[in-house]
Amino acid sequence: MFVTIKFFASYREMLGEDQILLELDDGYTVGDILDILKDRYPVLKDQGYMPLTACNLKHVSKRHAVEDGDEVAIFPPVSGG
Amino acid sequence: MATRAEPLIDICSIVTDPIDLGSLAEKVRSDTSGAVALFAGVVRDHHKGVRVNRLEYEAYAPMAEREMRRIVLDLRERWNLEGVAIVHRIGRLEVGETSVAIAISASHRKEALDACAVAIDRVKSDVPVWKKEHGDSGVDWVIGDDSPRARASFGLPVSNRSSRRPPEA
Repeated sequence: MFVTIKFFASYREMLGEDQILLELDDGYTVGDILDILKDRYPVLKDQGYMPLTACNLKHVSKRHAVEDGDEVAIFPPVSGG
Repeated sequence: MATRAEPLIDICSIVTDPIDLGSLAEKVRSDTSGAVALFAGVVRDHHKGVRVNRLEYEAYAPMAEREMRRIVLDLRERWNLEGVAIVHRIGRLEVGETSVAIAISASHRKEALDACAVAIDRVKSDVPVWKKEHGDSGVDWVIGDDSPRARASFGLPVSNRSSRRPPEA
């Protein structure tokens, strides 16, 4: 299956990408995707804050199972206002 | 003020143009409104004692607008409100410019004021918007407080970091 991963704010800048397409086997969770990304982009480790995650425009936990065509977003704690 | 015959619609938007507070307040008002509560978050010239020259905001716009609509639904469940508007501006903002505005009308002031106070807290914890400070100490992303409400909704322990960080609007 294919999942689009979007990065925002500090993550977008650290990775130099605003989105990537990941090909995965079925059964992956958002937490599994974070582990894959930390391997691919070591800069994601040790940021001093935990990334928040969303799937299809909703806040989700790391245990959320992704499906083909999902849009997963990874971003730092929000700081609007 | 003009009479308003058309039904009020909620406004939940991420915008790039300057926010016109007067026009926003008028958009949520109807002839049955006895109160319009208006909150404006404004770019200030300092943060933690260091001079700030401007801010740059970024949003995950479709999710941000969806979260804003969710906030409005929650407000409407709790209070009897008339019009509700939540608008956040993104891009480069100078000191003194309005970054976020909330306008809420109701028959009576207490509902409008109480709902407005909860609305801005929810915007700051739930809506995916980030700001980058350009100041005398350099350029840096402002990291939020781990979004306690989002963490709670994930079933994660709610951190205490928010209590160490003064609220900023």
